[in-house]
Amino acid sequence: MSEIRLQIDGKEVTAGEGMTVLEAAQRAGISIPTLCHHEKLEPFGGCRLCIVEVNVGGWTKLVVSCVYLVEENLVVRTRSEKIDRIRKNLVELLLAHAPGSPQLQDLALEYGADKDRYEKEASFCIHCGLCVRYCAEVKKLNAVGFVDRGIRKEIGFIPEIASKECNNCKECFPLCPTSYLQAAFVLTESLGPVSGLTLSASKK
Amino acid sequence: MDIERIDRIIDKHQGEAGSLIQILLEIQGENHWLPKEAIERVSQKLPAPISRIQHIATFYKAFSLVPRGRHEIHICMGTACHVRGAVRILDTVQDLTGIKSGETDLDLKFSLETVNCIGCCALGPVMEIDGKIHGKLSTADTTDVLKKYE
Amino acid sequence: MTRLNSPEELTTFRQEILSKRDPNTPCISVCAGTGCLASGASEVITAFKTEIEKQGLTADVDTKGTGCPGFCERGPVVVIYPRETCYLQVTPEDVPDIISQTIKEKKVIDRLLYVDPTTGEKAALESDIPFYKHQKRNIISNNIKIDSRSIDDYLAIGGYSALAKALSRMTDEEVLSEVKKSNLRGRGGGGFPAGKKWEGSRSAPEKIKYVLVNADEGDPGAFMDRALLEGNPHSVLEGLIIGGYAIGSHEGYIYVRQEYPLAVENITIAIKQAEEYGFLGENILGSGFDFNVIVHQGAGAFVCGESTALMTALEGRVGEPRVKYIRSNVRGLWNRPTVLNNVETWANVPLIIDKGADWFTQFGTEGSKGTKIFSLVGKITNTGLVEVPMGITLKDIIYKIGGGIPGGKKFKAVQTGGPSGGCIPGELLDLKVDFDELTRAGSMMGSGGMIVMDEDTCMVDVARYFIHFLTDESCGKCLPCREGLRQMDKILTNITEGKGKEGDLELLEELSETVTEASLCALGTSAPNPFLSTIRYFRDEYEAHIREKKCPALSCKELISYYIDPDKCRACMICLKKCPVDAIDGGKKKIHIIDQEKCTNCGTCLDVCPSRFSAVKKVSGEPVPPPIPENERVIEKKVKENE
Repeated sequence: MSEIRLQIDGKEVTAGEGMTVLEAAQRAGISIPTLCHHEKLEPFGGCRLCIVEVNVGGWTKLVVSCVYLVEENLVVRTRSEKIDRIRKNLVELLLAHAPGSPQLQDLALEYGADKDRYEKEASFCIHCGLCVRYCAEVKKLNAVGFVDRGIRKEIGFIPEIASKECNNCKECFPLCPTSYLQAAFVLTESLGPVSGLTLSASKK
Repeated sequence: MDIERIDRIIDKHQGEAGSLIQILLEIQGENHWLPKEAIERVSQKLPAPISRIQHIATFYKAFSLVPRGRHEIHICMGTACHVRGAVRILDTVQDLTGIKSGETDLDLKFSLETVNCIGCCALGPVMEIDGKIHGKLSTADTTDVLKKYE
Repeated sequence: MTRLNSPEELTTFRQEILSKRDPNTPCISVCAGTGCLASGASEVITAFKTEIEKQGLTADVDTKGTGCPGFCERGPVVVIYPRETCYLQVTPEDVPDIISQTIKEKKVIDRLLYVDPTTGEKAALESDIPFYKHQKRNIISNNIKIDSRSIDDYLAIGGYSALAKALSRMTDEEVLSEVKKSNLRGRGGGGFPAGKKWEGSRSAPEKIKYVLVNADEGDPGAFMDRALLEGNPHSVLEGLIIGGYAIGSHEGYIYVRQEYPLAVENITIAIKQAEEYGFLGENILGSGFDFNVIVHQGAGAFVCGESTALMTALEGRVGEPRVKYIRSNVRGLWNRPTVLNNVETWANVPLIIDKGADWFTQFGTEGSKGTKIFSLVGKITNTGLVEVPMGITLKDIIYKIGGGIPGGKKFKAVQTGGPSGGCIPGELLDLKVDFDELTRAGSMMGSGGMIVMDEDTCMVDVARYFIHFLTDESCGKCLPCREGLRQMDKILTNITEGKGKEGDLELLEELSETVTEASLCALGTSAPNPFLSTIRYFRDEYEAHIREKKCPALSCKELISYYIDPDKCRACMICLKKCPVDAIDGGKKKIHIIDQEKCTNCGTCLDVCPSRFSAVKKVSGEPVPPPIPENERVIEKKVKENE
């Protein structure tokens, strides 16, 4: 793997070919906020918190660092007035759903986000997709999936699969930033015979 | 819906990598909804995880996971129709049928759905029932049109 | 039908078809597109066939159902060749007259002609109708000449000669070169140079490549692709095959919106016919080039018109766009080089190959060559599809071709580019329509929807409508689009309901920046455009809604009140009887009054009040005038006698 040289926040950084800007930054000890990123999973590009400014060939643009691959002589800025403003707005949008999430509260502090900017929304899922993607890519069980689209998008367990697999696994539970996942599981479980999950299995 | 019909539809698309949605469209077209057995059979044969099929069936408006009525009413809410008063047509149909968009009435007579552009923009506002298009509607016309369906 | 195995065989076959057709034989062409079918065209066609048989004229007169010529509002449209007499809004009852007078006696029937609403002049020929006269119908003019399900008709007008020329007399590089020279820019919305896109795929090292037709046409208000794909499917197919040849692809997909069942049918028939005749399959016309096409239907998702989402849908997945830092012409469908172009873009290709890039570039402006088909709809007299050279002014489109605003109303704005575009106000009507001019004005060309709005259209509601549309159609994957639009929808809805507050506009502007800069795909990044363009040109309307709780266009239901003008009311009782909530009080000679407590603002009374009285009025931002005293409500007998 050839070494690629780029600049992040004024610091000279080397990275391997095929690495993402996020990986290169993390290797160099530069922190970029993320919510939907996980080293065991394919990059999702959904939360957009990891946006950075890149300058390539005179053109400046905002890209998500978890997907953007390193290039020779790339100039990257991880903070700026605009980036910070956008991250603050994104966090505020999420706080409308899950004001209690520890990760979101930390981000709110860092970027000066106001948790009451928007009225509270009913669902506290923030659609980082970690649960769905972990179950699909790592466990290869697909016990939980997405449902619908747009502002109606939700996650849902497939009762037939969840009743067999989840009680012995639950590896996705700690991934959830808001504990919505656990709530969804308990709800599915409590539908009992209708959903195919039996209470006795959950008591294990 | 019996397994043979489902299998026939699946086999017709054999070998085509991206055929999942086309298969589901055919099942939906013949059966007017996607019963659980159909989804499980497709999941088994393709194969494809049920979660993926569930997402597809809820993501795309063409599919229904519950039985639909004998007559499917589609009201176009595209911009041209909107500017010519499509909202009033929708209100009228909702009042007359007693159901809202996305619902089916208890007799399984009508299902109502809004669509975002049928392509008859010059004839707005437009309503399509069972493939037949009714254009240039007024609220009075709408009442007359619906009366004709049993 | 034996396969045509060489360009020479095609030429001979074409000549055979033409020799059997006498151009002087009258031909009755009835539009059989979705629009005219909805207005009763198939009954008209049947009536013609029956009447012709009845009169023993079957050998002397042809009848055919044809492709859509675009004048949908006046359908069913009938054009009688060879004279090209054009009749509008034809009913089966008109058919006997048409046969006896126009066909037999060669007389024109006045009542079926187009009438100019201002001059009262009638137009006998299709080419005289102002709607058609000022267009440059390079592509769509063929629609009314052919039966969309007849490949022979397509061959008769010269179809597939471009393909024969490309395969036998040009190398793939020369074909690409010609398309590049023409400066053809994508007609689907992006306006990206087609030749450049093709070149990227052609030079990619992968062996397997794809060419795709984007026939999803999700922009509400746009139906050009419907008319083209339904009306002349072979023209699109021919373009696609030529494109495949140019880049080295042997597999094509046509992704058609499921809401267009007739287009799906017609293109499927066209593909079967092309396979039969040898324009698809192996060794096309003896060139050694193989090519096959598959049709995929959409399943009801606007986002699938976005190129990466479309490719994801073709792979049998939900239409979630992909982060695209490597262009899809290098890594697209199944991660292979893929050229995706719009229906109209493909339809331009045979013309460019046949007549040459130099012919093509004589139309249009410096940066935007050729013609564009727009769907001119909304508050406009002549509604339908118009094909015009790039560079024509908006004023000409709306007034010369469109016939201006009906009902004596004032023009307010024209919305272009669908949910990604913006509104262009009256002061910019001299704008020359092309890709870059429209973008500079804060809108964009988009797929070609042109929705005309008048003084009765509320621009705040227009912004709310588009944002609301996108909250439903967004795939929901990325945060800025899903959540940003969710909040923008709420705020805009509140404003239209009189619940707007100071600071709302600033919040909307801030959210617009986040959504524009941080969204994953073009649906998101362009979503705030309708809001940004309306607040740029119509900020006063927003402020009136927020500060005065007033809708200047008298449109937002929660902000208007209806009342009956006692000076105009003649107590005819029509509105009283029609009111769905019995909110109108009055009697035979008693001036009517609307009970504001009961009134639901449905607008029925305004619709039904006879125009000679025009007594129902709307107000906004102010209370309705107090009701007149009881004794003044009785209409005096002597006043009635003086009428």
